[in-house]
Amino acid sequence: MKPRILEVRTKVLKKNDELARQLRSDFSAAGVLAINLVSSPGTGKTTLLESTLGRLKQAGERCVAIVGDLATDNDARRLARSGVPVRQIETGGCCHLEADMIRDNLAEWKLTDYDYLFIENVGNLVCPTSWDLGEALRVVLLSVTEGEDKPLKYPGLFNTADVAVVTKIDLAIPCEFDRQAAHDNIHAVRPGMPILETSAKAETGMKSWIEYLQQQRDQLKARYEADRALRQA
Amino acid sequence: MHELSIANSLVETAAEAACDAGASKVTVVHLRLGLMAGVVKSSLEFCFELAAQDTLLEGSRLEIEQLPVEIYCPACQEVLELASVQWFHCPRCDTPSDDIRQGKELEIESLEIETE
Repeated sequence: MKPRILEVRTKVLKKNDELARQLRSDFSAAGVLAINLVSSPGTGKTTLLESTLGRLKQAGERCVAIVGDLATDNDARRLARSGVPVRQIETGGCCHLEADMIRDNLAEWKLTDYDYLFIENVGNLVCPTSWDLGEALRVVLLSVTEGEDKPLKYPGLFNTADVAVVTKIDLAIPCEFDRQAAHDNIHAVRPGMPILETSAKAETGMKSWIEYLQQQRDQLKARYEADRALRQA
Repeated sequence: MHELSIANSLVETAAEAACDAGASKVTVVHLRLGLMAGVVKSSLEFCFELAAQDTLLEGSRLEIEQLPVEIYCPACQEVLELASVQWFHCPRCDTPSDDIRQGKELEIESLEIETE
């Protein structure tokens, strides 16, 4: 027996990362903006998404949604009411979604038929952090009922997000929500991150949120076209 | 408890590399783990033992090197170690920065293997 050192230098999540990279390039080529919604349970991911799907559909945009849930299909049934195609991933106790789950659930959709893919991750502020799903946009939600210090308690997830959405803003006053502290804490762990404030129920801030998404999708398409022109040149 | 998923990927990746190198046994796994990788060291160690069962890694030791978070400060034009993961600002001049240069690592550095 000869003991020896074998240099490996390989990322543990290499397979997930490679698949996510492939998905990202597929989404981009098809002009689909993929959005990964992450938050703790009860922040209002499904409520925000229900309202978002309805509004985008009304604006003539074509959406699909994949929703991860530990054990029920309640969220998928709620989202299906919007008339948008929805796939449910029952993770069976798994606390996060992984790129292969997304790939498997995309199989029956033709990506070029759609403009937006929403992925509602499992409600959890820790576990989804490390798994790239190929999204263009990671959206972290923070509800006014949760407390302003969530970003400081979970810097990992907030740091990997591209935009923060403060939800249930209609409850800010009864919850004595300290808006400035929440913004400061978000920016402490992710300097410069855009923050939007919404209430899907009271229909506050939804217009800005929808416009933000549309802008992001336009930018994605413009970037892809510019890259393609550059490659052809 | 996503550390079990991580441990499974870790064992799978390491076993593949060891197998390719003709190893009969892995005795030590050297892992680089950044503070912002979102992995709890003790949970990973616990899960590693379970995941390693019935593989080339069974009975091997997991050596984890923990890496602090380092950011690039555009004002100081230098890479500096963060004092706290709750404050993504330059520890010297307090300029905000989330240009992370170290701290997200979750990678197998090397394996100590035995061949027959």
